[in-house]
Amino acid sequence: MRFDSLYEKPVLFAIAAVVVISVGTLVTTFIPLFLPSTQPVSPLIKPYTAVETEGRDIYIREGCNNCHTQTVRPLRTEVARYGDYSKPEESAWDRPFLWGSRRTGPDLARVGGKYPDSWHYRHMPSPRSMFPASNMPPYPALAKAKLDTSLTAGKVKTLGYGYGEAEVVRQLAAFRQAVTATAYPSAQVRSQVTPAALQGEITELDALVAYLQKLGRDLKAAQTAVAGPVAAEAAESTNPYAGNRAAEEEGEKIFKENCRSCHGEKGAGGFGPKLATTTHKFGGSDAELFASVAGGRPGGMPTFLPQLGKDRVWKAVAYIRHLERENR
Amino acid sequence: MTNAARSDSIVKGFALSSVFWLLIGLVVGLWLAAEMIYPVLNLTPWLAFGRLRVVHTNGLIFGFTLAGIFACSFYMLEKLTRTPLAFPGLAKAQLWLFNIAIALAALSLFAGMNTSKEYAELEWPLDIVVVVLWVMFAVNVMGTLVKRREKQMYVSLWFLIACVVTVAVVYILNNLAIPVSLTKSYSVYAGVNDANVQWWFGHNAVASVFTFPILAMFYYFLPKSTGLPIYSHRLSIIAFWSLVFGYLWTGAHHLMLTPVPEWIQTVALAFSLFLIAPSWASVINGFYTMNGNWEKMKSNYLVKFFILGITFYGLQTIQGPTQAIRALSGFLHYTEYIPGHVHMGTMGWVTMIITASMYFMMTRISGREIHSVKLANVHFWLILVGQLLFTVTLWIAGIVQGAMWKATNPDGSLMYTFLDSVAAMYPFWTVRLVGGLLYFAGIAVFAYNLYMTSRSKPGTESSTAAAAKAQAV
Repeated sequence: MRFDSLYEKPVLFAIAAVVVISVGTLVTTFIPLFLPSTQPVSPLIKPYTAVETEGRDIYIREGCNNCHTQTVRPLRTEVARYGDYSKPEESAWDRPFLWGSRRTGPDLARVGGKYPDSWHYRHMPSPRSMFPASNMPPYPALAKAKLDTSLTAGKVKTLGYGYGEAEVVRQLAAFRQAVTATAYPSAQVRSQVTPAALQGEITELDALVAYLQKLGRDLKAAQTAVAGPVAAEAAESTNPYAGNRAAEEEGEKIFKENCRSCHGEKGAGGFGPKLATTTHKFGGSDAELFASVAGGRPGGMPTFLPQLGKDRVWKAVAYIRHLERENR
Repeated sequence: MTNAARSDSIVKGFALSSVFWLLIGLVVGLWLAAEMIYPVLNLTPWLAFGRLRVVHTNGLIFGFTLAGIFACSFYMLEKLTRTPLAFPGLAKAQLWLFNIAIALAALSLFAGMNTSKEYAELEWPLDIVVVVLWVMFAVNVMGTLVKRREKQMYVSLWFLIACVVTVAVVYILNNLAIPVSLTKSYSVYAGVNDANVQWWFGHNAVASVFTFPILAMFYYFLPKSTGLPIYSHRLSIIAFWSLVFGYLWTGAHHLMLTPVPEWIQTVALAFSLFLIAPSWASVINGFYTMNGNWEKMKSNYLVKFFILGITFYGLQTIQGPTQAIRALSGFLHYTEYIPGHVHMGTMGWVTMIITASMYFMMTRISGREIHSVKLANVHFWLILVGQLLFTVTLWIAGIVQGAMWKATNPDGSLMYTFLDSVAAMYPFWTVRLVGGLLYFAGIAVFAYNLYMTSRSKPGTESSTAAAAKAQAV
């Protein structure tokens, strides 16, 4: 057969085209489907609960993945900003994957546990009330919509999460009880954004927050179990900038960018405790304040050492001392 | 109705549908560009950025581009085979089903029914409709080719066949999902594999929608509107097979530095760089076709669309592979640089070629000259300037953003918070919106000009003035 005749035979040409496009497809896409490296599993990474599954579907419905990625790359500055880089095992239960392609907003792969629930209840309906420069859309409707759980059991079954309908019902009831209890740590902010009629129900916002709190949580828990909580350089004990006016001013700027959204204007308090005081929840010595800012504290205080560095953490502490003096 | 009149009405129907969805998609795009600056414009859940962006991309890929492809393909098919469409009734049905499907697609995406997989967001019932539409199209393409009266198939027909088979393969395999209800399904792939399959699709959707059929149009309409034959048949052959072979390896360059196995990323990068060669073979073929006749850029209003279009294709196919290089991907990926890149291809290459092809077809179908050459020139300059303002601004914005994300203090801590990098973007987003408005104005002029051409009466002032120029070729 002369090759020229290929251009006279449309059906043969179409078959040839399919063969040609199949080579790359086979090597880069089809064969990898069956390789261990593309489907690693880890007992440390748990499937989503019933509520987290619903929250994830709301994340998909609202197209959050159009502005937020969920994959931290193994780059030094990226790990400093977001946390440990993403591992393949972490996506094992993700159908579909939600790594995203654009960061109009920050990466969310490590957002789980970074802030308390109350932060999300405040942020989601009105991001600009916390960050005036933010361009995230407000989502007040989520708190005003009761979560539709009619498909939950079917979803969990399709996704193969390994628990049945009875467990779904139990989880939903337990979750509802937890978020609607007066003892729920974020009860106050939740009740501010949730209409009275839905106070006793699971809202879409409840489910979305539950999902966000799951992101990266299992890996963090596993790493903490191995390495212990992030050590905040215990050797740091005295502030080199104590009483330094210039450093306090720099500290004020750092405070406005990183701390104000939770601890309020001039440290007056918000979701985070009041800082313009001499009685601090986790201790008021230089070393203790440094440890709180640098390494974070349970209950929602994030780790700031990787982003800010030691120097700026001390300047922030210097500003907190300044606030203490002003409010003595 | 004669065969010719029947096919003409189908081509015209797809062309006007294409322009309609183009206008809708661009209005949505402008709204999105404004939302970036003024989040207050996220008025309702239906208008929130996350849902609207999907309407924008799907509206323009499936509504505008596919309809443009259908219009041009049916037209070229008949001319290049010297045979009427094999199944004109089927094509007519396809036109109706297509517009219903796109309208339903837009509504369902507004309502938040989406799978989240980029450019494959439609839920499973609409996926099935898309597949049905594609089969209808394929049956007509292959049927007409089999019945053809012209022995040799011209290069445009090769690209058309490649488009038909590639879209079918990548669309079906990436959209495999298990339904849990009429409006909700889950991908059959999980995690790393889902990402890898998705971007194999994502990149080859670009190949088979924004490249193969647009090259088909370029290879057909440039010679037709200039009267100059394509420079090298042999170069077309090499360019075609190496392009079609190489494209399918490159999807994972969208996944550099993610948990996808490193060897897949590296293979994708290598083939991305390789693709510069066949891409530029078409660019060179286009440029050399004009050799000795460059004055047509001035004397023939259509030529500049095709030549600038292929030039942006050339720039696009250099920029794409370079930004896939790991170090550059680490710097540029996830920033505004990437939307900047995409929009050069779509606003510069795809739209230039499709709109010029439509002018050509509409004058032949109506048997009259273009309504206004002057307006076509206004259209050209507005979309050129609008696109450049838009894309160059976003490249700069992306570099600024990437640099801010990477900037560190001497002690290794980060210099900027994420919010600092958002705040720095507002001036760029404003310029981008202005670029988008200029571009939209150009497309509005085009829509008016094309519509008037499709209905203009013989002997009007504008048509006689243009007649001499266009007929001179």
